[in-house]
Amino acid sequence: MENHMTRQPLLEIENLAVSYFTRAGEIPAVADFNLRLDAGEAVGLVGESGCGKTTVAMAIMRYLGGNGRIVDGSIRFQDRDLTTMGKEELRQLRGSAIAMVYQEPMAALNPSMTIGAQLMEVPRFHDGATHAEAYERSRELLADVKLADSARLMAAYPHQLSGGQQQRVVIAMALLSNPKLLLLDEPTTALDVTVEAGIVELIRELAQKYGTGMLYISHNLGLIRDTCDRVCIMYSGRAVEMGSVRQLFEQPRHPYTQGLFHCIALPSTDKLARPLKPIRGQLPLPHQRPPGCSFAPRCDHFAAGTCDTPGLKMHEIGGGHEVRCERWRDIDKDAVTVTAPAEAAQAVGEEVISVNDLSKYYAVRDRSVAAMITRRRVRYVKANESLTFTAREGETVAIVGESGCGKSTFAKVLMGLETATDGAIEFQGKDIANTDVQQRSRKQVSALQMVFQNPFDTLNPSQSVGSQIGRVIRKFDSSTDRSKVRSRVVELLDLVKLPRDFMHRRPRQLSGGQKQRVGIARAFAGNPSAVVADEPVSALDVSVAAAVTALLLDIQRRNRTTLLFISHDLGVVRYLADRVVVMYLGRVMEQGTTEEVFSPPYHPYTEALLSAVPVADTRVRKKRIILEGTLPSPLNPPKGCPFASRCQRKIGDICDTTPPPVLASPSGHAIACHIALAELAEVEPVFTVEQADAAE
Amino acid sequence: MAILILKRIGTMALMMLVVSLIVFLLLEIDKESVAVKVLGVFTTEEQRRLWLEANGYFEPLYLRYFSWLAGFVTGDLGESTVFRVPVSEILWPRLANTAILGVLAMLVLIPLSLLLGVFAGMREGSLQDRAISVVSIITTSVPEFASGIFLVAVFVVGLHLLPGTSTMIEGFDLTQLVLPVAVLVIYDFGYVTRMTRASMAEVMMTPYIRTAVLKGLPFRRVIVRHALRNALIAPFTVIMLQINWLLSGVIVVELLFAYKGFGTLLLEAALNGDIFVIEACTMVAVFVAVATQTIADLGYTLLNPRIRFT
Ligand code: SF4
Ligand code: SF4
Repeated sequence: MENHMTRQPLLEIENLAVSYFTRAGEIPAVADFNLRLDAGEAVGLVGESGCGKTTVAMAIMRYLGGNGRIVDGSIRFQDRDLTTMGKEELRQLRGSAIAMVYQEPMAALNPSMTIGAQLMEVPRFHDGATHAEAYERSRELLADVKLADSARLMAAYPHQLSGGQQQRVVIAMALLSNPKLLLLDEPTTALDVTVEAGIVELIRELAQKYGTGMLYISHNLGLIRDTCDRVCIMYSGRAVEMGSVRQLFEQPRHPYTQGLFHCIALPSTDKLARPLKPIRGQLPLPHQRPPGCSFAPRCDHFAAGTCDTPGLKMHEIGGGHEVRCERWRDIDKDAVTVTAPAEAAQAVGEEVISVNDLSKYYAVRDRSVAAMITRRRVRYVKANESLTFTAREGETVAIVGESGCGKSTFAKVLMGLETATDGAIEFQGKDIANTDVQQRSRKQVSALQMVFQNPFDTLNPSQSVGSQIGRVIRKFDSSTDRSKVRSRVVELLDLVKLPRDFMHRRPRQLSGGQKQRVGIARAFAGNPSAVVADEPVSALDVSVAAAVTALLLDIQRRNRTTLLFISHDLGVVRYLADRVVVMYLGRVMEQGTTEEVFSPPYHPYTEALLSAVPVADTRVRKKRIILEGTLPSPLNPPKGCPFASRCQRKIGDICDTTPPPVLASPSGHAIACHIALAELAEVEPVFTVEQADAAE
Repeated sequence: MAILILKRIGTMALMMLVVSLIVFLLLEIDKESVAVKVLGVFTTEEQRRLWLEANGYFEPLYLRYFSWLAGFVTGDLGESTVFRVPVSEILWPRLANTAILGVLAMLVLIPLSLLLGVFAGMREGSLQDRAISVVSIITTSVPEFASGIFLVAVFVVGLHLLPGTSTMIEGFDLTQLVLPVAVLVIYDFGYVTRMTRASMAEVMMTPYIRTAVLKGLPFRRVIVRHALRNALIAPFTVIMLQINWLLSGVIVVELLFAYKGFGTLLLEAALNGDIFVIEACTMVAVFVAVATQTIADLGYTLLNPRIRFT
């Protein structure tokens, strides 16, 4: 990178502008975009949805669909202009010199072709390889992306593989022709953290091995930090800041970049040290972009006369660090460290929810011939097994784990959408584990509410926001008359910080974050004493998620609600939870206060989970643990410790044969493992924060 | 897979049984009307009673059903009251005639509409797409008798190229089949084409087609290897349903060209109250419906590896 300017660039994008042409007219998606990428270099492209980052990648591939067009600029790849290239020339480049890895591996693979057939096409069509050669090369690459049993995989169909395996296949396919440039479009977004960590590791290794240049598109700054040399931040169709990872992460100059960093909860620091500060307002729609700086309506540093002059340029501020902000000189570069409005630790009240030995099994009928012969036709998926924990008034308990760990099943049982197989859930002194929601009293239902992951699915599209909230209010309190309902609706809209006239809007007129606010308003309509939030912000963009998280936390604190926060995002969990329950394969692996869970002694699974989380802070050093293998089938879980098949600290046969004891410290910190607590306490912490050396 | 096939065939048999029961109950529960239909209205009470007696109609209902069913299974379909010959003697030749017509229509219809559908859906919104779509909408909206009469006017009356009727009195004659097949194809190809087009267009939008294109495959390869198989799953089911449609849908065409097929037989039987012919025809029609549905289901499973291997 030292002689950055003298080296021949692999990819050089100049003044790129891409527009989509719809009936409503031309919609500019990307404008005035410049980027230079050297051979072997990895550049991250970061931004929230709608910022144009995927459009840039698709423009490079010249795959913009029927209505997208490059309206200006050039994309030079190895000194050839891609924008004017003929079809055949383009075809020869695609998939050979430039290859791509996609966001949803399942969708990116052809469901009716075997993995082998799909892989072999690449050498067959680009290098004219024979069938046998193509087969051999494909198999080798499957081994290269660390997929065991490659011969069997070659004959498999995509749906027979797990998500992580599918993505490895897609990566193998991209690397088969030894590309010079690899475009990665959110390659791990659909995957669990521990799987993601494996893929990221793989990408890094392979890029080094093959010397591939990479354009890594992501919304996750932590991932970019782990994979890239340089970063480009995009906002509303333009690059707003560009520089090396160090420059940008340690001294972000653009107010938007700074804002983004304030929106990310890090698993390495707690909320008191680093409060979230959402960016106010929302992304302007393409036709509503203000003249001049498109971030202006949301910027705290806006100055009329300077920021609203059209055609703002990038400013080079030294060392290849560029920023598109007129006032960069005036903005404090250390503004990253805002001081916290001191948050008084809350005293928790009495127990509201007490889960006791709760189990939920699902019967699965096996119709295979083998099952008919062995007469084991009904098998059980143990979605939840002996869950025990409590949540108190005013307390936030986070339930964390990856997909398939049983956290959503637990939420269903708690909400009465399913009934328990065994055990009890005591809520306000009554066992509700076996009463489904129809049989619960109105008071019970209103006292225990839920915020869903996908606000889009839970709102009725044909009813106004006001009438939907009103209906919930009336359901819980039939005595309320019209004017009272109305005033309560207004109250709730105020509570979730939505303008009052949103009452008359329909769901489709709302953005994702606004919909989730309505979802929160509905949940709090009946003054619940407990709220279950199932991944409430995982479908939202970073800056929106931060705002919704802060809101939820604020309401919860004021109402002293018990919040059960189900999430896979350990950063957010560390930020808002008082206590944490870590689940794996339906069982509790570890629980304790947030402080306890996030520092040694760790359960080996918690340790692996923490080390898998990408951290967007260059000062944080992280222990690297990559879990092998995939989640065992819940139909056939390991006999001993559920984590035994992947555990990095497994001590021997005892882990496979005997379920581990629960080791509890006097404070209530509990770990289910065969390793002694004292020994676990000795492992070094996953995160160590380097003292900020003068990185100036 | 073998289990699946067996299961499907089992369901099919069960459905046939249920239908047969319904047909039996509907048509035969009233003994008197059966006798009237068979013997005619100008018979005495006594004659009918004797006939009913002789044919076992005074036995309990379930025994009657079983012997009726046994007759069906063994091919004894009773006697046509109009032609006074065993039903099977007229049913099978008529069915064969319709089958010839149907097979010919299908042989033209399937390749034609799949080809057009694929070409249209391959590049959505292109000129070829719009042209094919417009033509297929127009042809489907013209009823068969209209297009039939139009074709007759042009090719028979105007150009004297083809015979106007398809009675086949002087033995099998392929030229007599041209117009009936044409009418059937013209009416039906638009529907199958549009289904194929929709399916193809949908597949072309999927991420895996994007993968294939960005892999640098030639467009032909993308279409033939990646798109076609997935795009043909839906039309396959539709085509199976067309077979079913042909069986009854041909009535108009058979009538128009005086073709001695299954449709006209059913029509004549219904008009004349030819009870055993009606029964036999109904059962045949239902059988074809159930069988095509079963084949459609099985084919769908075969074409779709996501269902095949789970
Ligand atoms: S140009 Fe002005 S409005 Fe835009 S980011 Fe800079 S200070 Fe804020
Ligand atoms: S019991 Fe064994 S396998 Fe399970 S977490 Fe502990 S060391 Fe690992």
